[in-house]
Amino acid sequence: MAAAPESGDDTKGLMGWIDRRFPLTVLWKTQVAEYYAPKNFNFWYYFGSLAMLVLVNQLVTGIFLTMNYKPSSAEAFASVEYIMRDVNWGWLIRYLHSTGASAFFIVVYLHMFRSLLYGSYRKPRELLWIFGCLLFLGLMAEGFLGYVLPWGNMSYWGAQVIVSLFGSLPGIGGALVDWIRGDYVIADATLNRFFALHVAALPLALVFLMIAHLMALHEVGSNNPDGIEIKKHKDSRGIPLDGIPFHPYYTVKDLMGVMFFLLLFFAVIFFAPAFGGLFLEAPNFEPANPLQTPPHIAPVWYFTPFYAMLRAVPSFAGTQVWGVLVMGASVMILFFLPWLDRSPVASIRYRGPVYKSMLGVFVLAFITLGVCGLRPPSGIYPLLAKVCTALYFAFFLLMPWYTRFDRVKPVPERVT
Amino acid sequence: MNEPVDHSRRRLLTMATAGVGAVGVGFAAVPFIASWNPSERAKALGAPVSVDASKLEEGQMLKVVWRGQPVYIVRRSKAIVAELGNHDAMLADPKSKESRQPAYIADSGPARARNPEYWVGLAVCTHLGCSPLGAFEPNNAFQVAGTDLGSNWPGGFYCPCHGSRFDISGRVFKSMPAPKNLTVPSYTLTGDARIVIGSDENPKTT
Repeated sequence: MAAAPESGDDTKGLMGWIDRRFPLTVLWKTQVAEYYAPKNFNFWYYFGSLAMLVLVNQLVTGIFLTMNYKPSSAEAFASVEYIMRDVNWGWLIRYLHSTGASAFFIVVYLHMFRSLLYGSYRKPRELLWIFGCLLFLGLMAEGFLGYVLPWGNMSYWGAQVIVSLFGSLPGIGGALVDWIRGDYVIADATLNRFFALHVAALPLALVFLMIAHLMALHEVGSNNPDGIEIKKHKDSRGIPLDGIPFHPYYTVKDLMGVMFFLLLFFAVIFFAPAFGGLFLEAPNFEPANPLQTPPHIAPVWYFTPFYAMLRAVPSFAGTQVWGVLVMGASVMILFFLPWLDRSPVASIRYRGPVYKSMLGVFVLAFITLGVCGLRPPSGIYPLLAKVCTALYFAFFLLMPWYTRFDRVKPVPERVT
Repeated sequence: MNEPVDHSRRRLLTMATAGVGAVGVGFAAVPFIASWNPSERAKALGAPVSVDASKLEEGQMLKVVWRGQPVYIVRRSKAIVAELGNHDAMLADPKSKESRQPAYIADSGPARARNPEYWVGLAVCTHLGCSPLGAFEPNNAFQVAGTDLGSNWPGGFYCPCHGSRFDISGRVFKSMPAPKNLTVPSYTLTGDARIVIGSDENPKTT
């Protein structure tokens, strides 16, 4: 029994008792108190911890919503109204959840943009990035499924449009759509299975992916605004010279971010929970009606850039599958980012004018696509959507060339 | 006693075990994946609907529900059928190239029916899904839903929600809110007027 003393063996009392049976102190030390993060994190590094906060918010409020929600086409809409009007504090729990969905996407989009700014997806963080992309995919699925549950008219027709997308796939399309719906129309069976996926399958997957995301992060260490590795310069104890322990330094910083985030979050919940029809769309305040399509179908704001790309592609050779493929590709291409970027430097601080302009154009194109997706496809918008779709893909597909030949600045040895 | 480990044998056994396991997982997945297909109840509700339309008089219409959607069956006189090809110039898609219908319906030309006397179509306006009203009497200042359809009205359908007009084969007129002709579902004729909606069997037109 005289094995080498393990960490935790020296602790006494309850903690000692636990540590001899479960590596609690070890986990705390390796993952938090002695996880060394670069000392130069800035504003953009708030959004990882905020994403985790919003995930917890969605899980907790979601669990409480299921206690009163009824996943049947006959009762779903009324049960949501019941939550809003009769359940004690039900309105708050529901608005926390519905606003939380939009907040999740705001935080995640900014979190992803941070990676583009500082090259956080580059070697050795490719898997970290891929877990993140999977999280984004899962989040999109979760957002779509969740939007169907209130069984409002936009829920119904949104599901109709999105599920019909699969029908455009050649050969298997029709059978695939019946399989997804479990009926020949969007029906009770569809709502019931979407509920199961939304409250059990996808949250589980998201939590596991988030753990994998964090494990990969803590294995390779955090990137930083200079895009250089702090592990290259360590002191005699093997601690990075430019690193500081995550706790207490970044727990305190992140708490600061949480405070400001919650201020904005609750301002929306209390004063503009529908956010002018962006977070909760007006047609969704009437029950699903299979005989009456809303005059204008637009997805919730966080899907509109991808929806605009779907619509931007005209049907060709008698099928509309091309738009579906382009929309799929617009998400899948994110996975390949670590291998598309051939620049010798990671951070925007040391990149040249070409990357900076391409990134600027990309962000503008993405936002413009979002606006196009909200508007009916008439007037200037179809053309604008086509141009911006081309720019969106140009950012990725031309990246191997423009990053290689772009002028770069010398990278410092230590973080600045 | 200890023989040297035969690695190739061990690898083969590992691969074989993994292979059998994978096949097992594949079989075990079948019930779960198949459980997503429309259930027996959904199939029963979505099953083909059999209608005897032989009692319909000329100018009469039957409304039946199939898969939760209203379907119209209209009995047309031979005179009206003969006139059907004469107003193609007023229609947005006279050949139904942009509209949904089975291939055997496309072969029937302006009648859009397996038996020209009986028109079968989904009563779901291709604009926003309202149910159009029947206004079959031609060349008559026909009043429907408070609207005068004019003296050159060839007979057809009028959608009260946004004013889309269709001829009596469900083909939409030009410059209407509805973009496409009314959808013709797949159906089978047994005899002259027994119609099985939602069935593609017996594809021969009588």
